[in-house]
Amino acid sequence: MRISASKWFSSGTPFVWLNAGAVAISILMVVGLLGLLAVRGMAHFWPADVMQANYAPPVSFGTVVSTEVLGEKVETESVSSIQIASSGIPVDESVPYYDRELVKLGNRDVTGADFAWLLSDFLSDISYPTDVVALERREWGNFYGFLAEVKESGVSVVDAEGGEDALWAEFEKRLSRALEIHDEIYRIEKIEIGEVNYALERLRLRQRGLELEDAFDAEAEASFAQQREELGADYALLQQDLVVLNQAIERDSALFLAPNGAEVDIELADIVRAYKPNQMGLVEKLFTYFAKLGEFLTDEPREANTEGGIFPAIFGTVMMVLLMSVFVTPFGVVAAVYLREYARQGFITRAIRIAVNNLAGVPSIVYGVFGLGFFIYIIGAEVDQLFYPEALPAPTFGTPGLLWASLTLALLTVPVVIVATEEGLARIPRSVREGSLALGATKFETLWRVVLPMASPAMMTGLILAVARAAGEVAPLMLVGVVKLAPSLPLDGNYPYLHLDQKFMHLGFHIYDVGFQSPNIEAARPLVFATALLLVIVIAGLNLSAVALRNRLREKFKSLEV
Amino acid sequence: MRKVDVSSVLGASAETPEGLESCIDVSGLNLYYAKDKRALNGIDLKIPKQRVTAFIGPSGCGKSSLLRCLNRMNDLVDDCVIEGTIEIDGEDIYSKHIDVADLRRRVGMVFQKPNPFPKSIYENVAYGLRIQGINSKRVLDEVVENSLRAAALWDEVKDRLHDSALGMSGGQQQRLVIARTIAVEPEVLLLDEPASALDPISTLKIEELIHELKRDYTIVIVTHNMQQAARVSDFTAFMYMGDMVEFDATDTIFTNPAKKQTEDYITGRYG
Repeated sequence: MRISASKWFSSGTPFVWLNAGAVAISILMVVGLLGLLAVRGMAHFWPADVMQANYAPPVSFGTVVSTEVLGEKVETESVSSIQIASSGIPVDESVPYYDRELVKLGNRDVTGADFAWLLSDFLSDISYPTDVVALERREWGNFYGFLAEVKESGVSVVDAEGGEDALWAEFEKRLSRALEIHDEIYRIEKIEIGEVNYALERLRLRQRGLELEDAFDAEAEASFAQQREELGADYALLQQDLVVLNQAIERDSALFLAPNGAEVDIELADIVRAYKPNQMGLVEKLFTYFAKLGEFLTDEPREANTEGGIFPAIFGTVMMVLLMSVFVTPFGVVAAVYLREYARQGFITRAIRIAVNNLAGVPSIVYGVFGLGFFIYIIGAEVDQLFYPEALPAPTFGTPGLLWASLTLALLTVPVVIVATEEGLARIPRSVREGSLALGATKFETLWRVVLPMASPAMMTGLILAVARAAGEVAPLMLVGVVKLAPSLPLDGNYPYLHLDQKFMHLGFHIYDVGFQSPNIEAARPLVFATALLLVIVIAGLNLSAVALRNRLREKFKSLEV
Repeated sequence: MRKVDVSSVLGASAETPEGLESCIDVSGLNLYYAKDKRALNGIDLKIPKQRVTAFIGPSGCGKSSLLRCLNRMNDLVDDCVIEGTIEIDGEDIYSKHIDVADLRRRVGMVFQKPNPFPKSIYENVAYGLRIQGINSKRVLDEVVENSLRAAALWDEVKDRLHDSALGMSGGQQQRLVIARTIAVEPEVLLLDEPASALDPISTLKIEELIHELKRDYTIVIVTHNMQQAARVSDFTAFMYMGDMVEFDATDTIFTNPAKKQTEDYITGRYG
């Protein structure tokens, strides 16, 4: 049976296909996005095999310079011969394309550049020697080489003659000792000395405060001097510990053979992780992979953010979003309640509502400028004058910080919460309100006990949208509190624990910083993808928890369906 | 003369609205929903104490509007203007000194559609008391039980007092709403077509309940269903286009109406 085109069209089949197609494309795009980020970002942490080869490209016609290379292959691409020729390598231009490989050579301190593009055709003698050691260092990036000697105080303890395995075992033993000492030094420097410094700073501010009030008399002076002396004694003790530990950690070093005969002496104190990738089996590699991934998630950044972890950025992002939620939800809800429940519905209310909706469309950088100009320069400066005069001229709140960033984003997202809450309030059936009023409840009691609980899922919807928007914002944050590297987390063990005046790190800004401001592009690129993936995961996590909360509320306040 | 005869033949009480102590006294009541949209025209009505009074009339005749004036529910409607006076127990409820929330507690109202709160059965009944600041568990337990018993609901729900009220049937919900209303011990119960959304069995239960409750409360019921008015009420007011056409003992209205309009409506000639 033939069906005419118009009949087929009116049957709705093409419309169903159109709709389903749109959904399918959306799903593909999301999956593709996540897949791309995951592949490009997560591959970075895989301990790849280290290749040893001879690289002999022609440097000028007829001359060939041969070097030994040692490194991880990162990617391969095809490049036109003209492009290669014009970059100074005389290749045969009758061959249209050459393959070239990006190799991570590491050893920045030896060779100057830790990545190189090598033409595949000029690589020869490719091998994967089992004894290659890959080191992750606190400075200068990765190192690839062969372990030759382990030294204590500059004197050789074990060398290659004792057998490769014994040498490596000794190295690992001493490395784990060095790592332990490093952790201890880190703890003392960051936490204990941090506490003493914080106490000293507070003491200084208290004294300055008293001086400003002309209340700094001899008694106070004595008391302050005594406290300062006690703290100084604590500090001296810690300093002594540090000296001992620093001596201990500097005891060991190891001699490595880098390609082309270079000998490099590396202090074990500088090493984060050492492994022999070409010897490892799949399980060992997976283990190392997750260890590196774990470090990425929980550690602090090193080397201008191109190495180490991004924990402060994750923490800052979550912290800021939570604070923003704390500010935006009550504010938006209260405003929506007034607009919907108390304000007389007329021209002015409508105008306000339209204005609120339009606020959601203002570019976010504008909010950043406003936050800087109003919150920081006006409110913050005033707060400093009133509450922190002792710290002046150094600003406390009169400078970008966590509080102002959260408030700025709260302002940015408050329209979303207002609109969602208003819609929720409008959906509460009139009969329920009347039921409450008919029992002698006032309008406020009705709102508080019946209407607002029933509208709470809608408020959560508003919050979810607000979180989704705020967590992804970067532009305004650059003006009101985000920095490339924050020395400490905004939440720590020093009273008052939550430091709203501190600057913080943020995943979105971290992507920007690593992607655009990094001195080492090749090293930074995978981190851009990894951080982006993590940002998506953090936002999704925040959203999902809000969604879960909303669904619970929905279940509880299943409204009377008409 | 004939009027009295018929009433006595039917065995009904010979009460007339005028002969009883009145609870609600409406006089000269005009209601406008907009400037020139008059919903009630000069209503005069004395609703007797501890009797059931029914308002009947075709849709849009103003019976619900009148009912909603009695506990000032119309205050919630923007641009609604009321003229005239309504006195409950001699007190003008539209006077400035009236606490509207307190008035509404004294004049309880049950709506056409059951409107339980999305809370447990217990909390629904306790709601009015909690509003008054009564939180003692002992008092609440007692009032909840008494109210649910009075609304003939106790035996059905006593084992699931803390389940959500939204899981009940429509008829149970409506009785719950009545229980909730009588929990705050009002003087007057306003029922706005309380059974129109219910099935016949639930309707019967509500009607029996109204019979029980009239011993303690003055009840005003709006209904579309004339049989229902005849069954449950002692007095009936017939309204038409915002006018109070006739108000008399129910038996009189249904057997021997004074006005032709009433008779036409009751015999189903229009409406």
